[in-house]
Amino acid sequence: MNEKVLMKGNEAFAEAAIRNDCKYYFGYPITPQNEIPEYMARELPKAGGVFVQAESELAAIHMAYGAAAAGGRVLISSSSPGIALMQEGFSFLCSAEMPCVIINVSRGGPGIGTILPGQADYYQATKGGGNGDYHLIVLAPASIQESIMLIGKAFELTDSYRNPVMILVDGMIGQMMEPVTMPARHSGTRVEKPWALTGTKGQRTHNVVKSVYLKAEELEAWNWHLLKKYDQIKTNEVRYETQDLENASIIFVAYGTTSRIVKEAMAMLADEGIKTGLIRPISLWPYPYEAFTEIPSSVTSVICVELSQGQMIDDVKIGLNGKLPVSYLGRFGGSVISAEEVVNEAKKRLGMI
Amino acid sequence: MKVVFEYTHGMTREDSIYCPGCTHGIAHRLIMEALEEMQLLSETIGISPVGCSILAHRYMNVDMCEASHGRAPAIATGIKRVQPDCTVFTYQGDGDLASIGTGEIIHAAHRGEKFTTFFINNAIYGMTGGQMAPTTLIGQKTTTTPEGRSELLCGKPLRMAEMIATIEGAVFVERVSLDSPSSIFKAKKVIKKAIQIQQQKLGFGFVEILSTCPTNWGMAPIDAMAWLRTNMIPYFPLGNLKSPGETDASKSVKGRRNK
Repeated sequence: MNEKVLMKGNEAFAEAAIRNDCKYYFGYPITPQNEIPEYMARELPKAGGVFVQAESELAAIHMAYGAAAAGGRVLISSSSPGIALMQEGFSFLCSAEMPCVIINVSRGGPGIGTILPGQADYYQATKGGGNGDYHLIVLAPASIQESIMLIGKAFELTDSYRNPVMILVDGMIGQMMEPVTMPARHSGTRVEKPWALTGTKGQRTHNVVKSVYLKAEELEAWNWHLLKKYDQIKTNEVRYETQDLENASIIFVAYGTTSRIVKEAMAMLADEGIKTGLIRPISLWPYPYEAFTEIPSSVTSVICVELSQGQMIDDVKIGLNGKLPVSYLGRFGGSVISAEEVVNEAKKRLGMI
Repeated sequence: MKVVFEYTHGMTREDSIYCPGCTHGIAHRLIMEALEEMQLLSETIGISPVGCSILAHRYMNVDMCEASHGRAPAIATGIKRVQPDCTVFTYQGDGDLASIGTGEIIHAAHRGEKFTTFFINNAIYGMTGGQMAPTTLIGQKTTTTPEGRSELLCGKPLRMAEMIATIEGAVFVERVSLDSPSSIFKAKKVIKKAIQIQQQKLGFGFVEILSTCPTNWGMAPIDAMAWLRTNMIPYFPLGNLKSPGETDASKSVKGRRNK
């Protein structure tokens, strides 16, 4: 099936995982991602896989941990408050180096908040949330087609680095429909898993999957091992898109859904002869700080647009390193910013209104 | 020369960190001997909990996964779904299983997961230094019940085996004790039976093992055994609470052995 089909985001994510040979899915109902477990319950067994509805997100992430430890190719998904419950497991997965792909179809918070879209889980996704020094690789697609591509990439990265990878989208991308092309079903780039728990079969000494290191020198050595891996990921796995940076007077920084609204605003500004550019981070961790070195001298200010109170702006400031003023523009709590609001903010920054 | 006794290959030769007189060593050995006698060591995956037995993966000579606090049954679910032909067990204490992990153990039983849980009930938190567990007896002094557990403030102790036995997906539930040589021999038979039932893939199996904690009970090991007998067994009665049909069980086990 390589023809174009119209698919809902959540269903496309699930199908993309199956096409990439995902065999185990553990989930718990939460809006706006319910179509993922529902699709998996229907389709994964047909593809020779296993679907389990867990009793909680806490249980789901630990089922994923067990399945990954036993050598399985695993997907889990949830939405913001459910992801909050999974943080304990993320820390364990990172320490024990268990491969797993996680989809967060995020919504407005804090607390129960709303089922409407939000980008307020940026800190949670990129700065931890669980305990200890750890990082998830975090990828933020802006369309359903890009989500399909990045889910394939996520399975590849999680296996090669032995680190969990999160696909961070918001409820907008999860719920909308777009024409997409699915990759053919394939077995992916499979890696050997000599560490997996399979029973020794009398062929080797016993394998142990763990995160406990009671002695300081052992734990510090293990943290050095993880840090070297994170540095390698920072070097090799930075992803971003730039658009119209040349001769721009203003640069927007936005990811996911928001970047699409910004692109619309940029076209409206261009119609009025105002040149603006966009930096769109695709990997939120590792963050594409180097993109900011591409900003030309024509730029007078930078606007960070996000559906939160201003979380990614911290990384934008690190990327700019004080070279340019940066301002925040956003809506939150389930409200989505309009292209007109983005246009007005750009004009204000240019002293036009 | 004929070997009449040897150290089980189910245990590594590593020195344990358990306190003198602790019954974890006995429980470990019973499980690993049972697996060895059933020729299952190379086909087994165990899950160790948070608590004193957090380092069980060092001592148990089978593939092992360490769990976060209380989550061992969820991890075992994931492992068993990927490796359905392996023998999978969780080894959990009372703080881990009866307190922070109640959700995970109830729902593993509820789904009828095809693994076995060995539940070490010593009526106290060991590793953290002797705090009240859900299984702490009324009047029992712990560091968080310095005047003894009060029913008014803390309720009465949880009987996990009885609770699990009410769940349809749990097919084998039995409570045993480690307070004397005869009860230890009995416990091993029950452990073996639980593993045999897992091999038949009939459903969830649960063995509660009444154990002692001389250090946190503040008793000499022999006195702790007597305390278990006098105080724990009357509240946590020993015996089988649930078992699948005996005839079917013995048939299938024989079939497996002949392979």
